[in-house]
Amino acid sequence: MINGPLIIGISFAYLGLLFAVAYWADRRAEQGRSVIARPTVYALSLAVYCTAWTFYGSVGRATQNGLGFLPIYLGPTLMTFLWGALLLKMVRVSKAERITSIADFIASRYGKSQLLGGLVTIIAVIGVIPYIALQLKAIAWSFTILSHYPEVRMPVHGDRPFWGDTAFVVALLLAAFTILFGTRHLDASERHEGLVAAIAFESIVKLVAFLAMGLFITFGLLGLGGPALPPIEGSAQLKPLLEPSIAPFADWFAISLLAGLAVMLLPRQFQVAVVENSDERHLRRAIWLFPLYLLLINLFVVPIAIAGLLTFPDGTVNADTFMLTLPIIFEQPWLALLVYIGGLSAATGMVIVETIALSTMVSNDLVLPVLLRRWRRRPPAADLGRMLLTIRRGAIVVILLLGYLYYWLAGEAYALVGIGLISFVAVAQFAPAVIGGLYWRGGTREGALAGLSAGFLVWIYTLLLPSFAKSGWLPRAFMETGLGGLDILAPMALFGLSGWNEITHGLFWSLTANIGAFLFVSSLRAPNAAEASQAGIFVDASRRTALASAPLWRGSAEIAELITLAERFLGSVRTRAAFMQYARSRGLDSPDALPADAETVYFAETLLSGAIGGASARVMVASVTDEEPLGLDEVLNILDEASQIRAYSRQLEQKSQALEAATAELRAANVRLQELDRMKDDFISSVTHELRTPLASIRAFSEILFDDPEIDIEQRRRFLGILVSETERLSRLVNQVLDLAKIESGHADWRTEVVELQTVIHQAVSATEQYVEERGCRVHLDLPDESAMVWGDRDRIVQVLVNLLSNAAKFAPTGSGEVWIRLAPADAAWRVCVEDNGYGIPESDLELVFEKFHQTARGGAKPGGTGLGLPISRRIIDNLGGRIWAESPPEKGATLCFELPAHPGNPTDRRPDHE
Amino acid sequence: MSKRILIVDDEPNIVISLEFLMMREGHEVRVARDGEAGLAAVRTHRPDLVVLDVMMPKLDGFAVLEAVRADPGLAGTRILMLTAKGREAEQNKGLALGADAYMSKPFSTRDLVDKVKELLDRT
Repeated sequence: MINGPLIIGISFAYLGLLFAVAYWADRRAEQGRSVIARPTVYALSLAVYCTAWTFYGSVGRATQNGLGFLPIYLGPTLMTFLWGALLLKMVRVSKAERITSIADFIASRYGKSQLLGGLVTIIAVIGVIPYIALQLKAIAWSFTILSHYPEVRMPVHGDRPFWGDTAFVVALLLAAFTILFGTRHLDASERHEGLVAAIAFESIVKLVAFLAMGLFITFGLLGLGGPALPPIEGSAQLKPLLEPSIAPFADWFAISLLAGLAVMLLPRQFQVAVVENSDERHLRRAIWLFPLYLLLINLFVVPIAIAGLLTFPDGTVNADTFMLTLPIIFEQPWLALLVYIGGLSAATGMVIVETIALSTMVSNDLVLPVLLRRWRRRPPAADLGRMLLTIRRGAIVVILLLGYLYYWLAGEAYALVGIGLISFVAVAQFAPAVIGGLYWRGGTREGALAGLSAGFLVWIYTLLLPSFAKSGWLPRAFMETGLGGLDILAPMALFGLSGWNEITHGLFWSLTANIGAFLFVSSLRAPNAAEASQAGIFVDASRRTALASAPLWRGSAEIAELITLAERFLGSVRTRAAFMQYARSRGLDSPDALPADAETVYFAETLLSGAIGGASARVMVASVTDEEPLGLDEVLNILDEASQIRAYSRQLEQKSQALEAATAELRAANVRLQELDRMKDDFISSVTHELRTPLASIRAFSEILFDDPEIDIEQRRRFLGILVSETERLSRLVNQVLDLAKIESGHADWRTEVVELQTVIHQAVSATEQYVEERGCRVHLDLPDESAMVWGDRDRIVQVLVNLLSNAAKFAPTGSGEVWIRLAPADAAWRVCVEDNGYGIPESDLELVFEKFHQTARGGAKPGGTGLGLPISRRIIDNLGGRIWAESPPEKGATLCFELPAHPGNPTDRRPDHE
Repeated sequence: MSKRILIVDDEPNIVISLEFLMMREGHEVRVARDGEAGLAAVRTHRPDLVVLDVMMPKLDGFAVLEAVRADPGLAGTRILMLTAKGREAEQNKGLALGADAYMSKPFSTRDLVDKVKELLDRT
């Protein structure tokens, strides 16, 4: 039921679908409703990493060395951890500089060097074209195998003329597709909407096909339906699969590193990840979605490999074809077709993107520089844009035909089937120049050239030539003995290094040579002006914004010439529009009003870069402007200035933060001050009130006595007595206010001495004796025999006691007052309580009595005190490390107590402080 | 012409001086020591004039003033606020609440006597 015409029909239908998807996406983009400006589409397009080599080859690799296929996906997964910094930086730089390819990226970094761009292009073309050939081979093979359905037969290479070969037809179709959707605009830095949409679509198709196949086989293996597989027995072939190990570690590490680098540096990966990126925020989703995709597409590799080995134990069926031959032998035509379409997706996706990336590089970095040189002698045609597009389209056809040719010539040779990782090692040579260029300012053009050349030559020697030797194109002896028969130069055991697999070995030596040459040659001279200014743009990409691409250019230019130049490549409509927009952004209404200054020249150069690459753009712009070369000193000064400005702005930021903090502190301090001010006002208001009261009496009686000489002697004496006592009250008040102020301000002098409480109590009692007697009050003492020693200021303690005693006497009923003074130990302290038999203090006032000027009229009578005695007492006791409080048991008088920490010393130690 | 005067103040010495001054003018004087007693005395004795302190226990002078002014039966009572709170805001508050005059402590005995005479003459 499956025959050639059906497969051809389905293949064409599928490719037609791709065209439709791409066409639809391009139309949507024109209407301003882009389908690819979504993070998921971006992440799926990155899965172009998974080619036919993954789709068919992973199973083959697994049959040979177990989990050995995994590092190819583990490396990229680990690498995504760095994307937030590394890839983000690449995307930012590329957007700002309108980078069109990996070659353009490296060339731009090292002073927009055409030579460097050309070298990168050559390495990429040589490294990658065999890889394209591998995809074409996969397409041809899968077609042939499927067309033999239901028979399982391995294809024989070269049994058809090339015009009848599927691979050839497919190559031509892909060229058409790539030309149609990949060269719509000249500006290669613009996104190819349709192309990316088609790639994302293909990523879904290949994943679905792989998962479908995986589930089918796994169900069979587990006996849950599906195919009836022979039982798993411990055959030697299955050993690596059933007992997975990650040894040897060096290979795991090397291949992970290699794949991690390749996933960013392969021309097609750079194309989808950097050039086609529409929004750097899409990276955030790609960072988890892309590894997830890799995980899913690898999920069933091992079961399929096991099933393949069980089903075809005799080795007549190539393990790389298990994906296709398994459904055929189990007579699952639709599954086989689905797998075929999945493989087709994987292969075509890779070929399309790789071709567009390579053709951009070839036209901008190889062909154009040659043409530019020619144009110096002979002026070119007016419409360069059309010509450039033609070059690029030609490059697409040539690249695909080269790919096909390589496939045709190499056939089953190792140089084709083993090319996957070898190709990776070739692009890994870009790593030192790219990563070093993003993080190190010291790299020079010569350094990058030297590094790339050295790495590339070592790659040719240790990997490419041996693969030719294995294919029989070179004498096999070359592999063992090396150049000139020197064992030390054996390509697969360079300098006696053996024991690693060839990829690890080649990667190690090529990268060592590359990095060594890059660092060494770069160190020979300091970066020149162009390199230093580009270094600034690349290294500071994460920090710098548009401002800072501060163009390092000086000279004279004609705006009209710049516009004419751009028009020759981009056409007048696009050029006028771009210049118009730029003029508006500078606040001008016409491009003709633009000053021909460094910024405008930079704009024109960047605009051209998008079409012809940075290096060529620089040459073209230089041809119409009169640039005065900037000396390195000047460039460094400008860069220094820029970095100084950055430093200043950072400092400014820090200072403004500090200022904000200080403001907040000041505000808080102000609130505190206002509070203090309010308290001071309240205090002064209370003090004046307290002063006015005795003053009122004094003034009234003085006036009465003065005005009225007739007052009898008794009355006169009484009034004079009042005058005296009110005067005393006034001076007491003044003294206490001053005393309180002194304590509160911390200016009071405190003596520290050992004080015996019994002594001070006696002292206080005798000081208040007269007042107490006047009030008709009796004082009872309850003191222990043991000396109660505390640390403190004797006079202050007496002051507190006098206060408490006179308060007690004051509030005790006149004539029948009783006051008790009790002294007792309390834990590590001594407690003194003064109790009276007055009216007591209301529960709610127990704390208030310690507030300034709070006077409780106990029992309705106004006390004659100043309202400062207890507040002062509290401050004294607090200061001595004790506490003071009021108690008032119901139906009893008030009790005021204080505690002071007991002095630990022996009472006999104390100084003689008795009077 | 003898008038009934009520002195409401919690400062004993000030009360003594006021009592002396008013009696010398020939008035009949009663004394209350706090706001509550003062208000009760206003209601029972219907004085012609009250000398009213502000800062007092139980009920302050402003509250007494408000209560008196709220009672239409006591409409004829003249009230002289006499207080150690000398701030203008308090003085305005007293006048706004309906005090007839406001004097701050310490006061001039002559001014006080004149003010009392003036208020009583208004009746």
